[in-house]
Amino acid sequence: MDVFSSLMDGFATALTPMNFLYAVIGVVLGTAVGVLPGLGPAMTVALLLPVTYALEPTSAFIMFAGIYYGGMYGGSTTSILLNTPGESSSVVTAIEGNKMAKAGRAAQALATAAIGSFVAGTIGTALLAVCAPIVVKFAVSLGAPSYMAIMVLALLAVTAVLGSSRLRGFASLGLGLAIGLVGMDAVTGQRRLTFGQPLLADGLDIVVVAVAIFAVGEALWVAAHLRRTPMQIIPVGQPWMGKEDWKRSWKPWLRGTALGFPFGALPAGGAEIPTFLSYITEKRLTKHPEEFGKGAIEGVAGPEAANNAAAAGTLTPMLALGLPTNATAAVMLAAFTSYGIQPGPQLFATEGPLVWALIASLFIGNFLLLIINLPLAPVWAKLLQLPRPYLYAGILFFATLGAYSVNLQAFDLAILLVVGALGFMMRRFGLPVLPLVLGVILGPRLEKQLRQTLQLSAGDPAGLWSEPIAVVIYIIVAVILIWPLLYKLWRRNRPAAAPVSVPVAAPVAAVTRNDGGHATNVPSANVPDRNGPPESKEQP
Amino acid sequence: MSSSPSLASRLKGRSELGVALLLGAVGVVVLVDAIGLVTPYSKTDPVGPKTIPFVVAGLLLVCAVLLAINVIRGGQGEAEGGEDVDLTHPADWKTVLPLAGVFIANILLIDWAGWVISGTVLFWGSLLALGSRHYVRDGLIAAALSLLTFYGFYLGLGIALPAGLLEGIL
Repeated sequence: MDVFSSLMDGFATALTPMNFLYAVIGVVLGTAVGVLPGLGPAMTVALLLPVTYALEPTSAFIMFAGIYYGGMYGGSTTSILLNTPGESSSVVTAIEGNKMAKAGRAAQALATAAIGSFVAGTIGTALLAVCAPIVVKFAVSLGAPSYMAIMVLALLAVTAVLGSSRLRGFASLGLGLAIGLVGMDAVTGQRRLTFGQPLLADGLDIVVVAVAIFAVGEALWVAAHLRRTPMQIIPVGQPWMGKEDWKRSWKPWLRGTALGFPFGALPAGGAEIPTFLSYITEKRLTKHPEEFGKGAIEGVAGPEAANNAAAAGTLTPMLALGLPTNATAAVMLAAFTSYGIQPGPQLFATEGPLVWALIASLFIGNFLLLIINLPLAPVWAKLLQLPRPYLYAGILFFATLGAYSVNLQAFDLAILLVVGALGFMMRRFGLPVLPLVLGVILGPRLEKQLRQTLQLSAGDPAGLWSEPIAVVIYIIVAVILIWPLLYKLWRRNRPAAAPVSVPVAAPVAAVTRNDGGHATNVPSANVPDRNGPPESKEQP
Repeated sequence: MSSSPSLASRLKGRSELGVALLLGAVGVVVLVDAIGLVTPYSKTDPVGPKTIPFVVAGLLLVCAVLLAINVIRGGQGEAEGGEDVDLTHPADWKTVLPLAGVFIANILLIDWAGWVISGTVLFWGSLLALGSRHYVRDGLIAAALSLLTFYGFYLGLGIALPAGLLEGIL
């Protein structure tokens, strides 16, 4: 029971009064910022990073755990009460959740989301505690070639699978890798892309880049398209659920958890696919099919659980392999490095107490969310009415403050503005931001790994695939690159269409592939059987 | 098809070509920079500092070309939505440019005038740019927020933000 005793030690660390206080602050701050429209969990963590700088790493990560789950929870509150989700992972929750709220059942929707999040988060965190050490055991047996292959897989999977246009994903990745190149080369000490500017020699601070892309870019983008008519916010009282609601919720919670965790743990799995899968599963299994589309509680309970289980799943590769697979994990990884902690398979060995304290505080944060947020829901709902000028001026203000406090250099603020403008442009032209952030974080590490690998093989490129696992992973990478369109189908197949055709339609997609993104209309969503050959592209 | 109006009309709505241009420009910069690096032959580092920059430059240039082709053929990136985003009206530069201006003012002011002054300017100016018209109230809020963060960072986090002109008073 090695895991168990380590976890108990983690609880002992996390439950000291000061650390517990940080967990509470993290949960409250995370939820508050997460509820605010336009602020997702990634931006929440990025904005609050500087606040944690003065803390010692353990306390800081305990706070992050709270911010992470709090931000997730806050996002779902917004999507239920506003119906225009900011986060792709809460798109599905909004479908039924907002209908429920409009039908006067906001209290039940929020309750099933909160309790479902708690159930899924707890099970997901337990799975994380059990799985991560196993993954670590496997990972430390891997040599440099295999580890490098895994990094390539994570990077390309996120780029190629997520988002509607692969071409734009790769463009974003290229920009990220270029940003990652800036600074002194670790091996030869040569300055790359510094243009003779000594302040660039240490490279661009990843925290500054993250704040610029997530906070400044977003604030400028929203400012350019600010909704001038105030949105309708549904008033809400104390969340509660009746007996019937419980009966209809518990199975979707568990099914959502089962779908969410594995997808979250995969590179590029993310929360979008499992939340949608959970939705169609519940829609098919429900005893109240007539309520779907009008506010069925199962349609909130399942996806919300899947969302939170995926959030826990994401932490598995992040902690065990040092690979972030979503934006929030990427920002947390940046926080690790800014504390001088090396992410990777050795993390559990070198920083064992910290990692276990982090996992323990995920349990604690989850529990706190439940007891804090059920009574506080009406307060959170009020936050939605914050006048928008104050909200976005505040984001810019705190982004500036955070980026400046890293090095106390005005030069960083110039970087913040330039990269923020880049973030604005990417939002305007549909370039996904995640590949860029991952490129900045993983690019330098990938280069280091490549040089190490080839050093071992004395410059022979065959050293890159000298291990069987590396070969297998490169084959997977090749498959992903050639045939990534399952995901596109899932997106287009979104709830309105018949869910039956997902597996059948896959081959069709390979033909309708077009990097114009939404320009193609995939007919396969309504093709009920194998009679939908590739030619069906012509059918509208 | 050579007169300028028709060229303009062909370029209209194709502003995304600018993205391709940017990708290409970054690619060229990375390439030129990489060529300028010296690689001493070394047994311990067969890859050298140039390899990855070459790969990145290649990726960027290929993306630039493919994106240009894609856009000319009518492809379009999907602009990102959000809770407060209304994509039905065009980008409102009268909001964005003043915001950027206030931001630049803060960069220029922060080391000289100090955070309390530059932060006040930043917050108040951003509010103004975003359409708030409560000048006095906003000014008070901005000053209070700047003072609060200044002392909060100093006392709570041990980070001394620049006091600037108010050195000695704060």
